[in-house]
Amino acid sequence: MSEKILLNENGMKIILLGNEAIVRGALESGVGFASTFPGTPASEIGDTFAKVANKVGIYFEYSTNEKVALEGAAGAALSGVRSIVSFKQYGLNVSSESAFPLAYVGVRVGMVIAVADDPSCWSSAQSEQDSRYYAHLGHIPMLEPADSQECKDFTKIAFDLSEKFNLPVFLRLTTRVSHTRGVVTLGRIVKGRTKGKFLKDSIKFRNFPPHIIETHKELHRKLESIRQISEEIEMNFFVNEDVKNDLGIIASGVSFNYVMDALDHLKMNLPVLKLGLTYPIPEEKIRNFIKNLKSILVVEEIEPILEKSINSLAKDVNPELRVFGRSGYLSTAGELTEEAILLTISKITGKKLDHDLIAHKEDYNKLKIARRFPLMCPGCPHRATFFATKSATGEDTTFIGDIGCYILGIFPPFETQDIIFSMGASEGLIHGIKKVSDQKVIAFIGDGTFFHAGIPALINIVFNKSNPLIIILDNRTTAMTGHQPNPTVGVTGMGDQTKAIAIEDIVKACGVENFKVVDSFNVKEMEKTVGEFLQNDKVSVIVAKRECQLLAVRRKRREGKAIPKFRIDQSRCNGCGICLYQLGCPAISVENGIFDINEDLCTGCAVCVRICPKRAIKVVR
Amino acid sequence: MTESDIIVTGIGGQGVLTLANVIAWSALREGLDVKTSELHGLAQRSGTIPCHVRFGEKIYSPLVLEGKANLIIGLEPLEALRACYYGSRENKTIFLINSYEVIPLSIFVAKEKYPSLNHIINALKSFSANVITLDASEKVKNTTGGIISTNIYILGYASAKKLIPLKKQSILKGIKEVIPERYLELNKKVFDLGFKAGQ
Repeated sequence: MSEKILLNENGMKIILLGNEAIVRGALESGVGFASTFPGTPASEIGDTFAKVANKVGIYFEYSTNEKVALEGAAGAALSGVRSIVSFKQYGLNVSSESAFPLAYVGVRVGMVIAVADDPSCWSSAQSEQDSRYYAHLGHIPMLEPADSQECKDFTKIAFDLSEKFNLPVFLRLTTRVSHTRGVVTLGRIVKGRTKGKFLKDSIKFRNFPPHIIETHKELHRKLESIRQISEEIEMNFFVNEDVKNDLGIIASGVSFNYVMDALDHLKMNLPVLKLGLTYPIPEEKIRNFIKNLKSILVVEEIEPILEKSINSLAKDVNPELRVFGRSGYLSTAGELTEEAILLTISKITGKKLDHDLIAHKEDYNKLKIARRFPLMCPGCPHRATFFATKSATGEDTTFIGDIGCYILGIFPPFETQDIIFSMGASEGLIHGIKKVSDQKVIAFIGDGTFFHAGIPALINIVFNKSNPLIIILDNRTTAMTGHQPNPTVGVTGMGDQTKAIAIEDIVKACGVENFKVVDSFNVKEMEKTVGEFLQNDKVSVIVAKRECQLLAVRRKRREGKAIPKFRIDQSRCNGCGICLYQLGCPAISVENGIFDINEDLCTGCAVCVRICPKRAIKVVR
Repeated sequence: MTESDIIVTGIGGQGVLTLANVIAWSALREGLDVKTSELHGLAQRSGTIPCHVRFGEKIYSPLVLEGKANLIIGLEPLEALRACYYGSRENKTIFLINSYEVIPLSIFVAKEKYPSLNHIINALKSFSANVITLDASEKVKNTTGGIISTNIYILGYASAKKLIPLKKQSILKGIKEVIPERYLELNKKVFDLGFKAGQ
């Protein structure tokens, strides 16, 4: 699809993923610098830039973390090159330390911060964060597109707004916007500046008291000017404006679409105000809308942020107004759906649905359907590491997890993720646990995650003298989000050769004396090392090194190398089931007591061969 | 309303997203508005992947309303069952199911049960009066040596049976838009195979 996104045919209609449409919008805005740290649901923004950056002659990078990514984009925008940075919601937390002072400093040319929230946690695990609070906290304007066309259009408007007010501008996405494909009418790609110059200013760019207080006042003046724009801007528009009804609806983001379909399904016409610029909101427009209503339904993704603002505006113009929304009437958690909105409108108005959604779902819930856990792939090196670690430790061992593919160790048969919370947190957590207990505890952290936030935590462990065992799962890529290169790889996001940074060199430089690099597929060696290192009274690190099997298989196919296939010799197999119940390889199954390997799924890692106590697994070819 | 609401489901690696994308481009080639909704990341690792495709004059929601699907394509039987609430008898939903089973690990490590195909077809009766099962992967494997283009075989079958209200020519254009050049001939062949099976 990367070629289609570069079609420079004004007016042509193509289908783009929301995330791709953001990139197209940036290309039509003359962006010159793009950076990201991969995180779903935002990942395809960076990945699309990675595919097109060379072709359009702009700069792109996968940064080591989101804070660095934002600072890079800020440096470019301060030097006169339009920039965009993208990440998922937690990435905004990481980068917020720099995002807030950046709003004070301001930018010289347009800078857009695209942040993707994940209502219902479909694609990321940690929390249902609503990033819109950051707009309020950081005094940063925010636009919320509802589909791919708006993703492209709003990106362009965001660049212009940013440049006009010298403020970074947020684009807030959600999973159902980022990962929806829709029709986009193309505009022209604009070749922007890729080179600039930072010009000093004796006050402007130096956040320092006392002028910082003046800057803060200036920020509020800017927001008031943008509020006036939001009263008139096209992206804040009415549907059915002339319809007289006691009930009105205010909607933002993808849920506007659910509202439109819900009204259609109910055969109702209600006045709807759709907000695209949601910070600052058009207060006058909203006051005028709500002053003659009896009730209003506020439809927004995740927290009742608009709802609370509307409650407070109603106090001025219509204190009797009933405000329905996410503080209770719609669910206080999870993504919105058309079903939820239909049921809510039906409840408020008494208008019946033509089919009983609740009974229908109850019929479904009676079916018992076997679960399908997300799994580590066949041949995944993490599986071998988890297997070895589990067999080298007892039931009394605690495992601290982290963010990456290895989070899937949460499921049986491994259950090696007893705590999960944020990028790099495993090392900080294990330090605290080891300071207050003598428990057997092991932390797992991936290579990309180690570079992202693991290094300061490892130094802290050495500096403050705790003695945990840390296993760094080095699979030579950032796999979970789509195999983006990280500093271990030796290749940049634009495909250029660069220095490959060895994790063991960093571990050593952090002051860790007891460390070892072990091939993840060498189960015996791993078991032995884990056993020994757990006895140490000093911090120990194992670098479990083995390329992600998906990449290894692709590389072998490209090079014309054979991928070995295996079968189980039934005359030797005693049915112990270690290969299935303890290794949990998805290519292995059992029927009527006969264990078998599915050739379509097997990727030839041979870990099962190594662990079979009866040596019953043989290579076929 | 004249929207077409389709669910394509299966597991990671079966070509669910590709099939949905082909249908979307086919609809665009007929000048229709179209949206698809997919899930990436955590959801993708051999987990279940339900993908929504909606096309018509004007499409708002990217998601099919529960009970309102016209067609549910299951590239794997258990996943068709998991997504069955998007269909309903009232709405005359048609299920088109590839009989190729991919047994989830939960069967072995959490002692859950994988139902027989008959059991699945029976369970679907509350949601549809029209369940079609196909041994598509089998047919594709016999012809091409692999199962990877099962999705396009099913598309061919659905096209012949007029389960998707788009012209065959538009669907062929959709395939051309989405499938990489080097796999195009193979996929056209598999599409024809499915189309003939559906005639």
